Amino acid sequence: MRALDRKLLRDLWHLRGQVLAIAAVIMGGVATLVMSLSTYDSLVVTRDRFYAEYRFADVFARLKRAPEPVADRLRAIAGVERLETRVTAGVKLEVPGFTDPITGLLLSVPDSGAPLQNALHLKRGRMVQPYSSDEVVLADSFADAHRLEPGDRLAAIINGKHKALTVVGVAVSPEYVYQIAPGAMFPDFKRYGVLWTGRHALAAAYDMQGAFNDVTLALARGAEVQDVIDRVDAILGSYGGTGSYARKDQFSNRFLSEELKQLQTTATLFPAIFLGVAAFLLNVVVSRLIALQREQIAILKAFGYSHVAIVWHYVKLVLLVVLLGVAAGAALGAWFGQGLSNVYMETTFRFPYLDFRLQAGVVLVALAISGAAAVSGTLFAVLRAARLAPAEGMRPETPTVYRATFVERIGLQRWFAAPSRMILRHVERRPIKSLLTVLGIACACALMMVGNYQKGAIDFMVDVQFRQAAREDLAVTFIEPTSGAALNELAALPGVQHVEGFRDVAAILRFRNHHHRSAVYGIQPEGRLHRSLDRSLQPVHVPAGGVVLTDHLADNILHVKPGDLLTVEVLEGNRRVVQVPVLGITRQFLGVSAYMQQESLNALLREGDVVSGAYLAVDPGAEQNLYAALHARPRVLGMVANASAIQSFYATIGEFVLFYNLVATVLAGSIGFGVVYNSARIALSERGRELASLRVLGFTRGEIAYILLGELALLTLAAVPVGLLAGIGLVGILVLAFESDLYRLPLVLTPDNMALGATVVIVSALISGLMLWHRLGKLDLVAVLKTRE
Amino acid sequence: MAMTVPAETVFRARGLTKTYRMGEVEVPALRGIDLELYRGELVVLLGPSGSGKSTLLNILGGLDVPTSGEVHYLDHELTGATEAELTRFRREHVGFVFQFYNLIPSLTARENVSAVTEIASSPMRPEDALRRVDLGSRLDHFPAQLSGGEQQRVAIARAIAKNPAVLLCDEPTGALDSATGVVVLEALERVNRDLGTLTVLITHNVGIADMADRVIRLSDGHIAEIRANAAKKPAHELSW
Repeated sequence: MRALDRKLLRDLWHLRGQVLAIAAVIMGGVATLVMSLSTYDSLVVTRDRFYAEYRFADVFARLKRAPEPVADRLRAIAGVERLETRVTAGVKLEVPGFTDPITGLLLSVPDSGAPLQNALHLKRGRMVQPYSSDEVVLADSFADAHRLEPGDRLAAIINGKHKALTVVGVAVSPEYVYQIAPGAMFPDFKRYGVLWTGRHALAAAYDMQGAFNDVTLALARGAEVQDVIDRVDAILGSYGGTGSYARKDQFSNRFLSEELKQLQTTATLFPAIFLGVAAFLLNVVVSRLIALQREQIAILKAFGYSHVAIVWHYVKLVLLVVLLGVAAGAALGAWFGQGLSNVYMETTFRFPYLDFRLQAGVVLVALAISGAAAVSGTLFAVLRAARLAPAEGMRPETPTVYRATFVERIGLQRWFAAPSRMILRHVERRPIKSLLTVLGIACACALMMVGNYQKGAIDFMVDVQFRQAAREDLAVTFIEPTSGAALNELAALPGVQHVEGFRDVAAILRFRNHHHRSAVYGIQPEGRLHRSLDRSLQPVHVPAGGVVLTDHLADNILHVKPGDLLTVEVLEGNRRVVQVPVLGITRQFLGVSAYMQQESLNALLREGDVVSGAYLAVDPGAEQNLYAALHARPRVLGMVANASAIQSFYATIGEFVLFYNLVATVLAGSIGFGVVYNSARIALSERGRELASLRVLGFTRGEIAYILLGELALLTLAAVPVGLLAGIGLVGILVLAFESDLYRLPLVLTPDNMALGATVVIVSALISGLMLWHRLGKLDLVAVLKTRE
Repeated sequence: MAMTVPAETVFRARGLTKTYRMGEVEVPALRGIDLELYRGELVVLLGPSGSGKSTLLNILGGLDVPTSGEVHYLDHELTGATEAELTRFRREHVGFVFQFYNLIPSLTARENVSAVTEIASSPMRPEDALRRVDLGSRLDHFPAQLSGGEQQRVAIARAIAKNPAVLLCDEPTGALDSATGVVVLEALERVNRDLGTLTVLITHNVGIADMADRVIRLSDGHIAEIRANAAKKPAHELSW
């Protein structure tokens, strides 16, 4: 090994504390990148493979009822390659030992052969046998939530008729990767389930012999999707079709796409922030570290080493550190990525398998970014040092020119003793360096806030959604729209405090060239349970004769303002197309909808007092009896209890967020500590001689510590407010990037969040301070008098 | 050794040895030193590199501890003192002047001196200390604005400002040219004469020895010779 390389390894060992701290900064940035991108890649690859292997359909349509021969007319549409009709039924389910209301969706599978589209991936058991009357295959989410296995039994109420079912298999379908009950906000695997049974048996139970109420189509390559949809709608319109839709609007797929889009945002934005900050810090730290090697560089030059050789020497040194950080970051990121993908699989997306993928390119990108940041910092410092003539380089650096600081010039100097003046002048003398240190520490604080922000935001979102807007205990939906008189029956049930009816109808909303498929809700203008909130989250009445739109729907999707006329194409009944004025905007973080007064919506639909369901306030403790009473009513299709929705939300999304929070916090913490420790450590190297001189002159360890740590404390304290502002800015960017139809994160920063950012920085500073205190005790007083630098 | 006036003993060293352990090799720096230093005298420690003169100075100044033997400062025993006690000793009784000045670059001349007077018990005014080394007109200059000789004189002012009992100077002219060095030595001479501070000056420059009351020559960790100058030369007559 050449002498210079040996020096390199020894230098690395000698600087091990700082090497590890720098590697930690790189590791934090790289791990975030690798974790996010590998999770994203894995889920995309898994989704695409699953969709292809299990023949996920291209177009979906629901209708009331059509005789089977209608399918031939659909099949004749140009561009349709395959088509499959089905019978689907919304059902109530009974699982032994579970008393909460469960709703389900029962789908038919052909009695002969496998489904043409949306095939099932069996995880356990077998498919239903042809023409069996009571066999079902359960979605694995529901089966797992209730620990149901092949051989177990449950019951369904189909069309008011009680039917015993036997579980024969547990499966996953590309159509229900994401499962959520209609009208619910979050998945709840215990209270909503998807089941498959034989077509013959379901048709018999649901009065659909020789008919269908659901059809899926696979299109030929190159087919115009919108043309097909238009023609399908034209045919199914007279059979109660509610508008067919493409794969991109299919609920599970749309949610999956939105979630993947968000993950992609996360996978670009988070690592961009983390790695960007890490690269910046790396650059600063490395250039300061190399600047300390001034004398050694002069000696190497005196020996006759060329600039290139010297630069290469230090570049190698820095690249070894980078390599260490990138390797650790890639390993940690892959591990976190696998964990994150698994959390996704368990809580949100039911894929049958996971193709975990870590692209070499991702690691190379990380290596390139960190390497470039480190090498540029090195080049800058080495070249500056190497520009000096060797003899000059070996002489002590000429004393920096200091001057009285601003605070002293304005006459405050008598308030500062010499040590405090040293701190102030040192900071003011090297404004760029001080500024970079402040920025570095501020970035660490901001990263902590970004990493930890989502938890507070989600708490806030849930609070607004369930404690301010949707305050009902229970939302009940009827099998079909029903006379408002039904509400009296509900109100008479024991335990019901208050009932508010609502009407909802699927519609396409159009304004100019924008459109969106959504539900229009008719609610009570003076409603106590279900309220609409204005932009400052105050409850407002929905005015008569027009619609109030969710802010995101109005601002970002339809680009419509109050006063504009919105076109509403109703997808039910006689499918009216009407112009409705937009009368207001409502603030909503979850989902997007349009609201009207129930009476106005009834009028628009040319119907009397008709409701689709009701919001209920329930006496505490009366829930179980009420569930049983509602369950027994044939017209009641589903119930969503807010308390259990919130609970299931925290059990599912919450777990994911907690995991992500933990990881981001750990990584931000490691970056934060790396920065603070390095700043402190380098300050010690730069000023060790000065401090040792003071020790010789009789200053105590405490007194010199004040000078060194006082500066660190000053810079840290200056960094905290900057960091809080930067954190708010970064979170703001995040909030904008995360806007989607499914949810918008509110820009709320809790005191907890800010306190955490500040705390991590301050604790890092304290730990670094302690480590420096220890080192100050080991200053070599004799050596410092003999050597110059 | 004949002293005309019986003087107070400031330092008394007996059987002083110091061995440095460099890895597996033991390097003896002092091999048994017996020595007295008196109030008011100017002593030059002479000797080649490695003769042990800096080690001796560091032990006297409380920067290092001997391997064996004892050192008394007035009636205090320095050997066996704790780190905190040595710090207090340096703070109250010792002034140091170093070869490379070791000024604090971010403080002016006056402030470099007051950094020390602020923590001393009965210091002189920083301005007075600087006037004693002829820097009364450069009080508010920063080290970067001063020449090497001026910086060293600030260091001397800093060392004497606390009214120390002893001034220890390790090669104070080592980094200076001859003419500048003489100016610095004149300052030391004046301080020694006017304040009566025991001044110990390390040099390997034989020419400087002529300004001392006594010259102690070290060689290989031993005292090779102690010589009193019958007639000491004023600093301005020195040259090298």
